[in-house]
Amino acid sequence: MSLLHLAIISPFLLAVLVPILYKLFRKVHTGWFILPLPLVLFVYFVSFVSATSTSQPIIESFTWIEALGIEFTAKIDGLGLLFALLITGIGTLVILYSIYYLSKDKEKLNTFYVYLLLFMGAMLGVVLSDNLIVLYAFWELTSFSSFLLIGYWYDREKSRYGAQKSMLITVFGGLSMFGGIILLYIMTGTFSITEIIAQSDVIFTHPLFVPALLCILLGAFTKSAQFPFHIWLPDAMEAPTPVSAYLHSATMVKAGIYLVARMSPVFADHALWLWLIAGFGIVTLFWGSFSAVKQTDLKAILAFSTISQLGMIMSLLGIGAAALHFDGIDDKYHTIATTAAVFHLINHATFKGSLFMVVGIVDHETGTRDIRRLGGLMQLMPITFTLAIIGSFSMAGLPPFNGFLSKEMFFTAMTHIIDFNVFQLDTWGILFPVIAWIASVFTFIYSMILVFKTFTGKLQPEKLEKKPHEAPIGMLISPIILASLVIIIGFFPNILSVNIIEPALSAIMPEFLFEVHISFWHGFNLELWMTIGVIVLGTLLYLSLAKWRKIYGLFPEKLALNKAYDHGLLFAQNGSLKMTKMYMNGSIRSYLIYIFAFFIAILSSVLFSQNAFKIDLEHAADVRYYEVLLVAVIVIASVAILFVKSRLTSVILLGTVGYTVALFFVNFRAPDLALTQLVIETISVSLFLLCFYHLPKKRNEERMAFKATNLVISIGVGAVVTLIALSAHSTKLFESISQYYVENTYTEAAGKNMVNVILVDFRGFDTLFEIVVLAIASIGIYAMIKLRMKGAK
Amino acid sequence: MKTNDLILQTATKIVLFIIVLFSIYIFFAGHYTPGGGFVGGLLTAGAIILLLLAFDMKTVAKILPINYMTMTAVGLLFAIGTAAGALLFNVPFLTHAFGDVHLPILGEMALHTATIFDLGVFLVVVGVTMTIIQTIGGDE
Repeated sequence: MSLLHLAIISPFLLAVLVPILYKLFRKVHTGWFILPLPLVLFVYFVSFVSATSTSQPIIESFTWIEALGIEFTAKIDGLGLLFALLITGIGTLVILYSIYYLSKDKEKLNTFYVYLLLFMGAMLGVVLSDNLIVLYAFWELTSFSSFLLIGYWYDREKSRYGAQKSMLITVFGGLSMFGGIILLYIMTGTFSITEIIAQSDVIFTHPLFVPALLCILLGAFTKSAQFPFHIWLPDAMEAPTPVSAYLHSATMVKAGIYLVARMSPVFADHALWLWLIAGFGIVTLFWGSFSAVKQTDLKAILAFSTISQLGMIMSLLGIGAAALHFDGIDDKYHTIATTAAVFHLINHATFKGSLFMVVGIVDHETGTRDIRRLGGLMQLMPITFTLAIIGSFSMAGLPPFNGFLSKEMFFTAMTHIIDFNVFQLDTWGILFPVIAWIASVFTFIYSMILVFKTFTGKLQPEKLEKKPHEAPIGMLISPIILASLVIIIGFFPNILSVNIIEPALSAIMPEFLFEVHISFWHGFNLELWMTIGVIVLGTLLYLSLAKWRKIYGLFPEKLALNKAYDHGLLFAQNGSLKMTKMYMNGSIRSYLIYIFAFFIAILSSVLFSQNAFKIDLEHAADVRYYEVLLVAVIVIASVAILFVKSRLTSVILLGTVGYTVALFFVNFRAPDLALTQLVIETISVSLFLLCFYHLPKKRNEERMAFKATNLVISIGVGAVVTLIALSAHSTKLFESISQYYVENTYTEAAGKNMVNVILVDFRGFDTLFEIVVLAIASIGIYAMIKLRMKGAK
Repeated sequence: MKTNDLILQTATKIVLFIIVLFSIYIFFAGHYTPGGGFVGGLLTAGAIILLLLAFDMKTVAKILPINYMTMTAVGLLFAIGTAAGALLFNVPFLTHAFGDVHLPILGEMALHTATIFDLGVFLVVVGVTMTIIQTIGGDE
């Protein structure tokens, strides 16, 4: 185990200590003990920056399950490092923020930090594992810890609902991803991502290639809240705000992005990959930004905004895949999409993290997140207002912030999509820039709503639960750092390009050599005019919001995906309940019908499908007249049992059957059986009589009611058994072993009664346990009768 | 009305021994002729049931002060003991031994460990049958 492994599992180790620290040092906020870890990890990961930018990835291996070829291989390349830095960096800021956000007296901080550390370790494991099984294990751990964090205030019903929803959706995706991993293993024989990438040319034509692609994508789409799986994210906003900032904007929702980027070298050659990712991404982008405008809750706006931005990154990754189909011509436009994706990934983490924290501050200081009750906070909370401006304007793609640059690159990628003449991109591709532009207009609108509805206008103190004032400085540090990053990256976009973005890009597209240069000002070109168009139209629409907002009312609530999810869940629940109630009706008669019907169906189908049915009377013995007589007696008695009215008569008829069977034993020369049968039949008939004597008096004695099903089933069972008996009798595969007993009963066992010698000597083991059965039966009867509870019915 | 079961009780006293003798015969003859521990046990139980019919349960309990559940346990012990005893002689579980043995009073006897096993069966069957009958019969 190397230092790198230790770094990945260190959050888990610290998580073990958290409850102890919490109990021992009640006076200190537990967050202070957690804070150093992500900071140290961040510094540790920064030390890899120069290594990954120049040389091969760093790989450390640690054997986990050797027999299955599962190794915990930690691999640091550009992409993994970028994510690791995001996780630890924003993790540090979020923990600092949470120290001021969560009260140490009111909240159960021990569980909070345990879950958060669990998540942090799992997320590091996801991005730094080279082994797919290990990646999957950490992947599910992120779903699990996210579930715990969303349900942190578990006494609220909405928290539980949101937690359950996110769990169901992400685990559904996780499991299908697991299927994809297994398919990849079947194709390549390895779980190592590096080795799978090395074999990507071979598996391209494999019939399992497309199923594996779809399964993996399903995992990525559910985790990254892509349409139509985005519905869990807005409900996950019930989590404490630091959690929303960390998990549901900067890290976990980007796990799907990470997976897509990571698997790009394997799948990106396929047209399906491009169309699915770019298509779903662009739809998510539009739907997220369109839905965000109608929200009234600040966190809901941010949730839909996150969905939309994730869709944008996803679509960029999809478009970037087209670059793999070009050789020579002009690589600039083909790789710019991927560059934009990575760049926006970083930018989004910075501004969205800070915006969530800003919203958390507003919530914390005013007691509400509803924009209809907020307004006029500008003078009261100037720092928060500034931070909100920076974050929102960056999100809207306005200069001079970093969002502007990534949005320009996004437009560049989208407008050049029609240049690609692969996969019909030259015809249908025109849709992409159009949708992207419209979505950007909506992005602009909700960004403006976020700032101006909250901070400008008239203060409505009567609607607020608390008297608003500026947040404590501790709470402001983290968003200030993130907002400063927004500005710094905005003005100096190239500080990251060599060391962070280029290595990440070469991990996504190993075939290319990247030289990323993001210029702040790139002249008057189409992209700039598009941005100006966004601003103009967006401003107009924002100002006239009240007039056209009604269009959201046109969209019927019934068709919303949430409704579909709720109804689907309810349908599954009620449907399974109904189905179970239908066949598990509590009546033993029904269960017997199932059992016997199954018996008939299976046995008769096997009998006839295997051609096993035959009648061969060669071995049959001659029929003698007293056998006919006994059969007649037994048949008459059996049939009569069905028709008699009195119970007493049926018991006596049953006795008749028993004694006739004893006579059969006599006839077929089985004296031991005949003796035993006679005595046992006597005892059981008297026990029957005893039972009937004790039956309740008021029950009328009636003949058993006729039911057609019973008749069919019983005739079927009888016929099947008869047919099988006939077939078995007609097929003698080998000689009986009874000759051995005949020869050895006296010489080996010193007995002449072969039946008894078999019972006590040759196969005495069976007898041993049969008497145990008898003993258990007697103890059972004794216990049932003697040990009845007093007063119990 | 006071009933008098004199004929039944007198007949029982005589028939009982015949049945018991028959059952013992059936038990011992089992290795050579039809019979054995199972039928023998059932017949002995039948004899005791006859006693129960002719007299009442308390009287029978006085005549035969037997705990039938103990009897079942002893029977199982006999059967398992015989089976496990084989292990002491380094032969597989449930290997029987037989041979002619010279005994002090009885003289030359053909003995077989299967008989002890069968005795276990006999005791279990008597114990089980009587437990069931007594339990159900004694229930109010």
